[in-house]
Amino acid sequence: MKTAKGSEFLFFALRNPKLRVGLTVVLFFLGLSLIGPLLTHNAPFDYVNPAGADPPSSEYWFGTTTFGQDVFAQFVEGLRATFLVGWIGGGLGTLIGVIVGFTAGYRGGLVDEALNMLTNIVLVIPTLAVLLIITAYLEVRGVLIESIFIGLTAWPWTARAIRAQTFSLRSREFVDLARLSGMKSSKIVFTEIAPNMMSYLLLAFILQFGGATLIAATLDFIGLGPTTGISLGLMMNNAVLWGALYLGMWWWFVPPGLAITTIVGALYVTNVGLDEVFNPKLREM
Amino acid sequence: MSLQVENLRVYYQTLRGDVKALDGATFTIEDREIMGLAGESGCGKTTLGHSLIRLTAPLRYVEGRVILDGAELPIADMARMDEFRMKRISIIPQYAMNALNPTRKIGTMTQELIRSRRMEAETSPEELRRRLDLVRLPHDVLNMYPIELSGGMKQRMVMVLSTLLNPSLLIADEITSALDVATQKAVAEMLVEFRDRGIVKSMIVITHDVSILYQVADSILVMYAGQLAEKASTETIIRSPRHPYTKMLVSSLPTVGVRYAEHKLAGIPGTTPLLLDPPQGCRFRDRCPVAFRKCVEVPPFLELAKGHWVACWKEFGSHA
Amino acid sequence: MLRLDGVSKVYKVGTFGGKELRAVRDVTFDVKDGEVVSLIGESGSGKTTIGKMILRLLSVASGTISIDGVDISTFKGEALKEFYRKVQGVFQDPFSSFNPIFKADKMFQVLREEFYPDMEGRDWDKKVDDSLKCVGLNPDHVLHKFPHQLSGGQLQRFLISRACLLEINLLVADEIISMLDASTRIDVLNLLADLKSGGLSILFITHDLSLAYYISERAIILQRGRVVEMGSSEKVFQNPLHPYTRMLMASVPRLDKRWEGVEQQLGHGAQPSEMAGGPAGGDTPGGEPELVEAEPDHFVAIAG
Repeated sequence: MKTAKGSEFLFFALRNPKLRVGLTVVLFFLGLSLIGPLLTHNAPFDYVNPAGADPPSSEYWFGTTTFGQDVFAQFVEGLRATFLVGWIGGGLGTLIGVIVGFTAGYRGGLVDEALNMLTNIVLVIPTLAVLLIITAYLEVRGVLIESIFIGLTAWPWTARAIRAQTFSLRSREFVDLARLSGMKSSKIVFTEIAPNMMSYLLLAFILQFGGATLIAATLDFIGLGPTTGISLGLMMNNAVLWGALYLGMWWWFVPPGLAITTIVGALYVTNVGLDEVFNPKLREM
Repeated sequence: MSLQVENLRVYYQTLRGDVKALDGATFTIEDREIMGLAGESGCGKTTLGHSLIRLTAPLRYVEGRVILDGAELPIADMARMDEFRMKRISIIPQYAMNALNPTRKIGTMTQELIRSRRMEAETSPEELRRRLDLVRLPHDVLNMYPIELSGGMKQRMVMVLSTLLNPSLLIADEITSALDVATQKAVAEMLVEFRDRGIVKSMIVITHDVSILYQVADSILVMYAGQLAEKASTETIIRSPRHPYTKMLVSSLPTVGVRYAEHKLAGIPGTTPLLLDPPQGCRFRDRCPVAFRKCVEVPPFLELAKGHWVACWKEFGSHA
Repeated sequence: MLRLDGVSKVYKVGTFGGKELRAVRDVTFDVKDGEVVSLIGESGSGKTTIGKMILRLLSVASGTISIDGVDISTFKGEALKEFYRKVQGVFQDPFSSFNPIFKADKMFQVLREEFYPDMEGRDWDKKVDDSLKCVGLNPDHVLHKFPHQLSGGQLQRFLISRACLLEINLLVADEIISMLDASTRIDVLNLLADLKSGGLSILFITHDLSLAYYISERAIILQRGRVVEMGSSEKVFQNPLHPYTRMLMASVPRLDKRWEGVEQQLGHGAQPSEMAGGPAGGDTPGGEPELVEAEPDHFVAIAG
């Protein structure tokens, strides 16, 4: 539903430096992940350089690994995996968090108590321990499983935030007035409450996206990541495993590390910028 | 004590420019006078109260002087004002009773306050207990947490803290607004008692509730949209006001004893002007039933009768 | 038209709902056609809870609320909508009553969808115009604007115009002017009085005795969820009998008399004895109080 505030948002959105910078960086990497594999004819695991590890050159833009694999090819393929985890893991986390948080906030009472308990349990589950157990059982794991696992364990924070927001909206008098106008509960939720939370949902998703990316990179780095495919975290894992640090093969671990940091950082900056756009009180004078 | 305010101008900084919240206030308060500061929202009364003691961003000092007991108050300089705060001039801010740290016992907080202001010499435990007796709070209250106190008790505690050093002038900002009717009465009467016992010399009581002022204030200063409208004794303001705004305001107030069926009250049509770009001259002009062409100039605040100041061209005509 | 019979509301509080909080206890009163009745109480008196129960926003723990003799708790679906054609409410905070992201007149759109789905566009526009004029608003000034572009007084009138639009019989007004400026308050109050002369019944919920006295014919005094005194406004205000009412009358700041004068008039015993109130809903010692008719149309609660 178009509201006049939409155009006000756009005005501030386009002018907000944090939003512009953050979004540009993220979109750049996204673009790179999409077209990158088309720029190289090497597959990530192909042994293309008989000489083994080589620093960046005109032939191999990011150099090659110990095994003579094209780092750039691995990089752009890894970017794809990273974004995939962000979408699926972050998306799943947001979805669960929103459903749980919203139901708890809107219904209150026993439902709220039960969902709170569930949230708290999931929050304190030692994800690392569970992951170790899972890796022991699943010999072959793909990026999809990793994403789902992250999504299933990262939602509690979103649920908490959404619940708080729902609580505060629900007790506003315009909800009472909607009931006095004869609106059914479901209609009230969708037409009155949800639009007020749109900005919140967007912010929550961006945070989940960034969080999922970071968690995935960490898991990959310590060896609990997928067994198939390549990701930025896996690249760093391999690099360290094969002594890249000692042997000075900076081109193997610096690009993926830098990319993760930059992407997640840019996402958070975008988030702050968006918060300023949605919440006029935070806009700088 | 004596207070002279001369042409005080304090604006409010916003993204879109300066809001002329207080635009030229000149008045005096005598020794032992309890002056009520009345007006509707946006009239500048809270700005005035705060300018006297804590003029900080987004408030911006533009011009004017404040002279308290013969000494000029450096109101624009937050650091230098420190010398005067709580000792010569003090304030009970709005919502103060809600600002008590919930994790601190009242006694602990009091001690911290005393230490932070280096007041140990002046405030002995006996003196503190005497003050608690004055406001009829049990000494035990020092061992309690804010949540254990009722609204009235918290408000009285805040009154004790603000007046611990016997300031010459006390500013009370909307201290009765959130209270039950009986507690309101007790707190208002306590203000008078503070003055009668000499703990504070004079007071400025800021409120939108004119009927409370009728009960406890000696004089009332009525403000409108950042300008002073009228100042006179309480009786005069309520029974024989001269400024058109005061007249319309007082006659729009319901009080027990007045019924719609017998005497329908009238409001003031229109709305208060926005102070970002206020109208020229008298800001009440657009809603005033007797406005004429002279009103495009700002009327000065003149003493038309002893102790009765009015800012209205219409009234000057009859006087001069 | 409206009748409450022995209505109570109990909340479960504490961990796992161990303790009970009695917000409203055994309240009985009625509002006749075309009458303005004030429900007067301080914070914690249960007055807002009663208002919400009448509006079916909260459930009744015991007792019945009936409109024209029919128990309102039985209404569901279509019957509930019919109920809202007869009974509406306006609340304290005009800015909280509107969804900030929509325009203020979206409210009319909703009413049209729910109550007048088949009305022609032009007829509807005229209906909206008429109800705005009914509350003294100029349609050109208030339509197509966001809530933050209108003043508190305009927003409250906007909400009252729902009453005109739906042609209701009873309006529950809960502290509707306490957040407005002094100069606008009286205008909204006068508006209510005008609507009442058009036949509207009003339950005026407030803590402010001066407002109650100004506008209502009958008054009900609530203390901690219980009715302690009620009757014609004249009698309750000029001759308060219950100690709580006397205390209220002695403490309210007036513009015609000083406090000392009022105390003398009311006599000894009107002073507030304890300023720190006890917990709301605490049980009074002795039996449950009963309402006794002290004089025609003047009832007082006497401890039983």
